[in-house]
Amino acid sequence: MDRGGVAGGSKFVLMSLPPVIAACSKPLVFCLLAVPLALLGVDVWREAVAPGSALGADPGEAVVHHLGSWGLRILLVTLAVSPASRVFRQPRLIRFRRMIGLWAFTYVVLHFVAYLSLLAGFDVINVLVDDVYKRPYITVGFTALVLLIPLAATSTRGWQRRLGRRWRTLHRLVYPAAIAAWVHLLWLSKGGFMDPFVYGLVLLFLFGERIAYSVRRRRAVSDDR
Amino acid sequence: MLIRRPSDIKPSEITPEYVYRTRRRFMRDSLAVAAGAGAGASALALPDSWLEERRVEPGEPIGEQMTSEANATGYNNFYEFGTDKEDPAKYAHEMNVDPWTVEVSGEVAEPGKMGLEDMLAGIDLEERIYRLRCVEAWSMVIPWIGFPVKKLLDRFKPTADAKYVEFKTLHRPSEMRGQRSLFSSIDWPYLEGLRLDEANHPLAIFAVGMYGKLLPNQNGAPIRLVVPWKYGFKSIKSIVSIRLTRRQPVNTWNDLQPREYGFYANVNPNVDHPRWSQARERRFPTTLFRPNYIPTRMFNGYDEVAALYSGMDLARFY
Ligand code: HEM
Repeated sequence: MDRGGVAGGSKFVLMSLPPVIAACSKPLVFCLLAVPLALLGVDVWREAVAPGSALGADPGEAVVHHLGSWGLRILLVTLAVSPASRVFRQPRLIRFRRMIGLWAFTYVVLHFVAYLSLLAGFDVINVLVDDVYKRPYITVGFTALVLLIPLAATSTRGWQRRLGRRWRTLHRLVYPAAIAAWVHLLWLSKGGFMDPFVYGLVLLFLFGERIAYSVRRRRAVSDDR
Repeated sequence: MLIRRPSDIKPSEITPEYVYRTRRRFMRDSLAVAAGAGAGASALALPDSWLEERRVEPGEPIGEQMTSEANATGYNNFYEFGTDKEDPAKYAHEMNVDPWTVEVSGEVAEPGKMGLEDMLAGIDLEERIYRLRCVEAWSMVIPWIGFPVKKLLDRFKPTADAKYVEFKTLHRPSEMRGQRSLFSSIDWPYLEGLRLDEANHPLAIFAVGMYGKLLPNQNGAPIRLVVPWKYGFKSIKSIVSIRLTRRQPVNTWNDLQPREYGFYANVNPNVDHPRWSQARERRFPTTLFRPNYIPTRMFNGYDEVAALYSGMDLARFY
């Protein structure tokens, strides 16, 4: 993925950072993204020891919401990596992208597992099939999850090499996945639309930057001629 | 059923078990406990002594585990204060309920607008232990203190043309942050309605208290409707206006999403919400690893209201 997105060279190494921090920046980002999960783990532990103590009146729903919210946030952070690398002229940021993306996937999978176990009671036939088939917000959420599976599976360097140019084409699936995840949020919201609005703005901005970038690049190419 | 007691709830908040064992001293004891714990920091329309001085007929136990007071006062839908379940408990104290006036108008011989205390003068209070089933598929068992809706309506002498009752919640954006939100799609004030014969059914009550105390703001202080056979959103909170009408009044959720929320909104396991099943519910208290799922019952188990709907297709009039 290091050779993934932007103009390959790394003239602008993370110069502003002291070398020590730059060296351990990857573990640092890894730990940062694990924090919401760790905090949830603590609450789940407290809840297991003393029901009602940590996750409110409806603990199952609280867990599903926490994981879903962080799944979406980290998915948007993943999508923000390449725009950020361009805007801040930090091509090396791209090396964090796979890790961030895999964390987003982890949260989303756990969100799904929490839904299946805590809310649907592992009643796969009745609840899951019924929900995916009948309830549009679940259908789009499920679509988002399914779209992310091949991306997670082919995130390794080996697959990148094997797929070559097709790897980048395949990984454009992250755009429909993000849109589906946003529609999922929109459709499950009732009455208050603050969250879909804010996430929607971020998504618009991230797509807008990409479009502006590709227009600029195309112009640059035609100017060269 | 063995359900462990949540550990972070102060003993003072779990009065019900205690209260219902010593029912004769019910009111005095629980009020003393409430005063001691300083629970529910709301500006009260009625002084605490108002309830203290009254005899409250104790409620019939229904043989189902009571929801803890902490759950019932900490997990609410009251979009006037925000869309999160915890928002009402956080922000409802910003609503000033003293003084409180209620206007009764429309098809009544003696319309009027009066202070709550005057309005309730001479009305006997009783406790009702009811199931509350939210349209979102969770439910609680709550001991309300109140009186039949009919008792109040009759005082204003509904005319022969009165067919429906419209209820309205307080609209005061300066004290209700949800009403100030730019992202709310709700057209305030919150409105609800019943057919007059539904409102007159003995099960339909106005509540002014719960768990032996006056209602906390987040539960709809100082006066709210409780219609136990209908989804929770019908049980409108913090009522300022009651209007008797000839035609079916608008109700807020139906107006917002008519395919999802009907006017009748009777609890019905056979008619799914477009976004989730209504066949079962999560009953509070519930725990993380053993969610307390129970099947949902027709009319929330209050079969005696069925006669109100004889001949109606309840899949069409959902
Ligand atoms: C990329 C995939 C997904 C993302 C990013 C995502 C994200 C979210 C978000 C942000 C929320 C709202 C949380 C809140 O309001 O605090 C949510 C709620 C929810 N999601 Fe997902 N989700 C995804 C996939 C799924 C899947 C596959 C399912 C189940 C099949 C699912 C089931 C639910 C449920 C049941 C809720 C709670 C709805 C409610 O409160 O009524 N999600 N999700």
